[in-house]
Amino acid sequence: MITRPWRWLSGRATVVAILAIAFVVTAIWVNTTTFEEGTWQAQWLPVFFGISALNFMLRAAVPLILGALCGILCERSGIVNIGIEGMMLAGAFAGFVAKVATNHWPLYSSLSVSVMAAMAAGGLMGWLHATFSIRFRMDQIISGTVLIILAMGLTSYLYDRDAVAQGKFSAIAIPYLSDIPVLGEVLFTNPPITFVALILVIVVHVALFHTRWGLRTRAVGEHPSAADTMGVNVNRYRYANTILGGTLAGLAGGFLVLEAVGQFQEGMTAGRGFISLAAVIFGNWTPFGAMAASMLFGYTQALQNELLLAGVVGIPRQFVSMIPYVVTIIAVAGLVGRVRPPAASGKVYDKDGHQ
Amino acid sequence: MNTVLDLQGISKHFPGVIANDNIDLTLHQGEIVALLGENGAGKSTLMNIVYGLQQPSEGEIRINGNTVVLHSPGDAIAHGIGMVHQHFQLVPNMTVTENIMLGAESVRNGLLNRKQAALRITELSQRYGLDVDPGAIIEDLSVGERQRVEIVKTLYRDAEILILDEPTAVLTPQEVNGLFSIMQRLRELGKSMIFITHKLKEVLYIADRISVLRNGRVAGHATPATSSETELATLMVGREVNLTFEPADNSTGELILDARDLCARDDTGHLAVRNVNLQVSAGEIVGIAGVQGNGQSELVEVLTGLRRSTSGTVSIDNTNLTNQPPRAFTETGRICHIPEDRHLHGMVADYSVADNLALNSYRNEPFSNNGVINRSAIRAQAETLVQAFDVRTPTIETTAGSLSGGNQQKMVVAREFSRESRLLIAAQPTRGIDVGSIEFIHRRIVAKRDEGVAVLLISAELDEILSLSDRIIVMYQGSVVAEVNRRDATREQLGLYMAGAQQSGNAAQ
Repeated sequence: MITRPWRWLSGRATVVAILAIAFVVTAIWVNTTTFEEGTWQAQWLPVFFGISALNFMLRAAVPLILGALCGILCERSGIVNIGIEGMMLAGAFAGFVAKVATNHWPLYSSLSVSVMAAMAAGGLMGWLHATFSIRFRMDQIISGTVLIILAMGLTSYLYDRDAVAQGKFSAIAIPYLSDIPVLGEVLFTNPPITFVALILVIVVHVALFHTRWGLRTRAVGEHPSAADTMGVNVNRYRYANTILGGTLAGLAGGFLVLEAVGQFQEGMTAGRGFISLAAVIFGNWTPFGAMAASMLFGYTQALQNELLLAGVVGIPRQFVSMIPYVVTIIAVAGLVGRVRPPAASGKVYDKDGHQ
Repeated sequence: MNTVLDLQGISKHFPGVIANDNIDLTLHQGEIVALLGENGAGKSTLMNIVYGLQQPSEGEIRINGNTVVLHSPGDAIAHGIGMVHQHFQLVPNMTVTENIMLGAESVRNGLLNRKQAALRITELSQRYGLDVDPGAIIEDLSVGERQRVEIVKTLYRDAEILILDEPTAVLTPQEVNGLFSIMQRLRELGKSMIFITHKLKEVLYIADRISVLRNGRVAGHATPATSSETELATLMVGREVNLTFEPADNSTGELILDARDLCARDDTGHLAVRNVNLQVSAGEIVGIAGVQGNGQSELVEVLTGLRRSTSGTVSIDNTNLTNQPPRAFTETGRICHIPEDRHLHGMVADYSVADNLALNSYRNEPFSNNGVINRSAIRAQAETLVQAFDVRTPTIETTAGSLSGGNQQKMVVAREFSRESRLLIAAQPTRGIDVGSIEFIHRRIVAKRDEGVAVLLISAELDEILSLSDRIIVMYQGSVVAEVNRRDATREQLGLYMAGAQQSGNAAQ
C-alpha cells in the first residue's frame, strides 16, 4: 500500500511483455526443431524466426534503441528533440574521421578513440540544441531541424570520398552464455556497441525511475516550477540531459560506421533518427517500451529482407519493401491519444514569467 | 516568545514600480500572522523575498535573531522556511512520496529509498493530523488533499516557518475548516505561520495578529479581538467599503429567463445538469449557490449557448433559444455573460485592452464598416469604458494579460455591460480579485438589476450570494436542491443544502 512496485507494468506493458515472450519461445522452438523437407513449415518458419532474421532484427534495432534513449533523456527533462537524426549523423561522421585518422593504430585502440569521438560529436550537438532551446529560447522544433540540416550539410561538405576506414568491431562471444541454444547465438554473440546499447536500456531505466537524478529529471520535464521551488536547478538538468542524450545519439552514429558498415556514406542515418522518435512515442517515453518498439521496427526490416531473400513471388517486391514503413505508421497512429508526453516538454522554463 | 522571523525595512524596486516600500514584519514562534492586502499590494513580492525567489533592494531578514541572505528557495528551506504555494507545485503523475522527497531525496546505495521517505511522511501526517497517503498519485487527489501534501512537503524539510499563500482561494468551505484545524494543530506544536489572504472573515477567525499592506506599504496592524471586517477593509482599500446591498423592492417585472427540465452532460459524458427548472424575472438577482463542480458551470454554458442540452428548453424573453448558437443568445436573447474563467473565456490575454473591449461589438457599426474595422471608434469606446469602469491600465493599448486580476475583471465587466441587455449571467464575477474591485463590480451588478435587467449570479462564495441575491437557489450534484428568499436565508442552512441536504417540501424534485 505504501509503494506499488508493479504499477509501471500497465495493461499495455503486460501485453507487450507477453507478446515478446511468445516471440522468443517460438523462435527457440523453430530453431531447435528440424522440419520435414517440402512442408510449409520448413519453407516459411525460418524466414520469420530464423537466426538470420533475429540477428538482422537486433542489428537494425541497436541504432534505434540508442536514438530513442537520447529522445527519452531529452524529453523527460522537457526538451523536445527532433534533431536525433542530425546528432546521429554528426556522431557517424566524427567516428569515421577519427577512425581514418587512426588507421595506423592497433585496431581496438583506434576503434575506441573513434567511438569516443562519435559520442563527443553527439554531445556537442546536444549542447548546441540545449543552448539554442534554453539560452536563446528558440523554438525546439526549429532548433532540432537546424541540427539536422547542419549535420547533413557539414558532413557531405567535409566528406572526403577517398578516405577509407580500415576495420570494424567484430562479434564477441560471451563465455558460457553464448552456448545457450538460439539465445546465445542471437543475444550473447555480438559486437560491443550492441551489448552496450542493451545494457544502457537497463541503466537508463534504473537511473530514470530509481535515482535522485532521475526523479529530478522527470520533475523538471513535468512541472519545472515544482522542481525549482524545491531548490532543483531546472536548466542545469535540461542541459545535462540534452548533452547526455546527444552522446547516446552520437554512439548510434558510431555504431553505424564502426560496427555495422565500417565506412561512412552521405546521409547514412537514412531516417533512423526519426524512427527513433517514433519508438520514443510508441514506447511511451520509457526505456523498455522504446526498446520493444525498436525491436519491432527492426523486425519489420528483417522481415522485409528475409522475404525478399526467400524469393517471395506473387506479391510485388515493392509491397514487401513497404512493410517497415506501414508498421511504423500503424503503430504510431494507433497510439495517438493513448500515450502522454512529459507535460512541460518543449516549453521554455521562465522563472519570472511563471505565475 | 521568541521572534523567529524579523523583516526590517524591506524594499523592492522594479523598474518604474516600488513593490515593497520599507516593510517591517515580525513573526513569533507558535503564532499565525495574517498578511492582508488587495491584489498588487505587495504581499506576494514580500513572500517571494522571504522564500528566496527574489532579492530585496533594501532591508534585512533576520531568522532567529541572525541576519541572513536568501539567494534561492534552497537557502530559505535550509533556514527552516517552507512555502505552500497558491498554485500547487506538485508533479501530477508522480506519487505523494516522490513529490515530497523531490529535492530532499533519501538515497541508499545510489538508489531512491522510497520506503524510508514514505514512513517519514506517514509519521508526519499522523503527528499533524494531515491524513496523507504516501502511495497515492497526485492527479487522483482532491484539491484539499493536494494542499495537505504541500504542507507535508514543508514539514518534511523541517520547516519552522510556514508561508501559506492564499491557501483558501481554491478550497470548498468544508476544506477551509479542515485547513484551519490543521493550522491550529501546527500552531499548538510550535510552528509559526504567515497566512496570506484577502478574505476578512478568515483572518478574524484564525490569525493571532494582522498586518495590512496597501500599495507596497504597511497600512496598519490589528488583532482579531479588537478589529472588525469593516475596519480591516478600510485599512486594505484606504477608504470605507460597503459590501451589503438592499434586496430589490419586490417589484419584479416580466419573466426573462425561463429554463425548463434542462439536462446536460459534462465533457466526460456524465450527466452534469439534471432536470433544472430556473426562472429569472426582470429586476431581480437570482443567486445559484453550490460547491464548485455541482453542475453550475455546465448550466451556465447551456444558458449561453456554449454547450448543448440533452433535453429541456431555454427561452429568453419569450423566444425559444434551446441549443441555438452563442450569437443567437447574445443578439436575439440580448444576454451579457461574465464567464467564470476570465483567462479562458473572458478575454484574449495577448490583445490590447481596447481590442478586448470591442470583442463583443467589433462586427457592428460604428466599430466596423462593410467588414473593415474602424480603429478610432474602438479606441474612443475603450477610453470611455476604461474611465467609467475604473480599469487601471497604463494605456488602452496595454496588453490585457499584464493587468492585475481585478482590472482584468473590470475590463470584462465593462465590455459586457457596454451593450444593452435583458439578462445578465455573472459566473464567479469576483473570483480571486481584491475587495475594492469586488465592491465596484457588486455595485454595477446591483445597478443593472435596478435598471430592470434580470440577473443570474453564480458564485462559490456564500457571502457574495447572500449580499447580492434576492432569491437563492442551491445546486447539488446537478440538481436544484433548495430555493430560499434572501431574507430567510442563513449561512448554516445554505451550507447544509450545499452539502446535499434536501429542503423539506422540496424532496419531490
